[in-house]
Amino acid sequence: MDNPVIQIADVNFWYGTKQALFDVNVAIAPHQTTAFIGPSGCGKSTLLRCLNRMNDLITGTRVTGRIALNGDDVYAPEVDVIELRKRVGMVFQKSNPFPKSIFDNVAYGLRIQGLTDKTELEGRVMKSLKKAALWDEVQDRLHDSALMLSGGQQQRLCIARAIAVEPEIILMDEPCSALDPTATAKIEELIQDLETDYTIVIVTHNMQQAARCSDYTAFFYLGRLVEFDATNKIFTNPTNKQTEDYVTGRFG
Amino acid sequence: MELHFDQELTQAKDLLLRMSSLAEQAVVTALKGLVQRDDALAQSVLDGDSQLDNLQKEIDERCVELIALRQPKARDLRFLIVIMKIAAELERVGDQAVNIAHRATALNREPQLKPFVDIPRMSDLSCGMIRTVLDAFVYGKIDVARQVIRNDDEVDRLETQMHRELTSFMIEDPHTITRALSLIGVAHSLERIGDHAVNIAEEVVYLYEGRDIRHQSPNA
Repeated sequence: MDNPVIQIADVNFWYGTKQALFDVNVAIAPHQTTAFIGPSGCGKSTLLRCLNRMNDLITGTRVTGRIALNGDDVYAPEVDVIELRKRVGMVFQKSNPFPKSIFDNVAYGLRIQGLTDKTELEGRVMKSLKKAALWDEVQDRLHDSALMLSGGQQQRLCIARAIAVEPEIILMDEPCSALDPTATAKIEELIQDLETDYTIVIVTHNMQQAARCSDYTAFFYLGRLVEFDATNKIFTNPTNKQTEDYVTGRFG
Repeated sequence: MELHFDQELTQAKDLLLRMSSLAEQAVVTALKGLVQRDDALAQSVLDGDSQLDNLQKEIDERCVELIALRQPKARDLRFLIVIMKIAAELERVGDQAVNIAHRATALNREPQLKPFVDIPRMSDLSCGMIRTVLDAFVYGKIDVARQVIRNDDEVDRLETQMHRELTSFMIEDPHTITRALSLIGVAHSLERIGDHAVNIAEEVVYLYEGRDIRHQSPNA
């Protein structure tokens, strides 16, 4: 693949003595959505959390191999992890807005980056909320608490917050698993819209979701990457028997 | 572990197999109506065609329902799509049997033009192709499906031969034109049945290999 946003090469990962990833190689294409699928414990979330070094927060973990973000080694000793997480946005399973206003949630990262100009701040907040398909619903109450929003709106707010700082890639860890079908559909639409500007990696248990909103799919099993291909290939005619059995619901 | 879904797939397949045996039976019976000059046999084909039509509708309905409710993927998805397509081909095989039965009824009113030699051969070949290709579908015999595609050349050759022969009859004696045209129609129906078998064979390859080999030369 030419110019992948993230190049994952020979990655192994351990929680203490337990190895969770084995020699994983994946390239994440720019302006595409890549889905990681597989049964529980297959390593898909572990790999996702390697990409912005979230696993550093867990003691006793160890990683080998190389993960490059637009060519820069994510695990190089000189890397400032805070800086890295600005470049790699993340959206979690459970929406986690700060107990602040809607506006302040989206402005948070921008203010930390030192943006103080009020007009520019307002412009960037509006742009992010529009991109996250939330603007129409909240424009009249930007200074209400974010916690007043519904679950689906909170999750879109978290996406707005993530994209406000214009990351190079957005990681989503089961972003819809706590949402109802309507809110899920909105997030899925949003994922497809965001592709124009962003590269997205999504971990999901919901295979239909992977099929609906990703361009590439990686299937993991027991810590190994079993198959990586275009999503339409994985869901119509996978090469590997294990992948076939998993996507047709016969194991996993 | 067999899933409920597997049972539903098997049921859809069983309906298709019932359809194929009815379609083949219809062709054989229509041809007997012609060769044995038996109007009752021809009529039974006309009466029985609605069974095939209804089975096709039932298969489509089941497949659409399973696609909507189960969201099948990969091989399961191909399986259901292919079943619907094969059902459509078999329904047309039934229609060709009806065409032959109509011609038989007309021809039975006239003196026999010539002994039936090539028509039963064509019928054996094309019905054999249908039977064989359904076998390939059930047991995943891709080589057999590909052989069916190649066998179609022989059916085509026989049709051309009959065409030539019946044309010479018509040139010699214009009184034979109506009967000769009817026999050409029968040969054409049998040739079309061979084509339906080829279409089914292509779907069988798609089902098991995931490759679309339609509209290619056989050597590609």
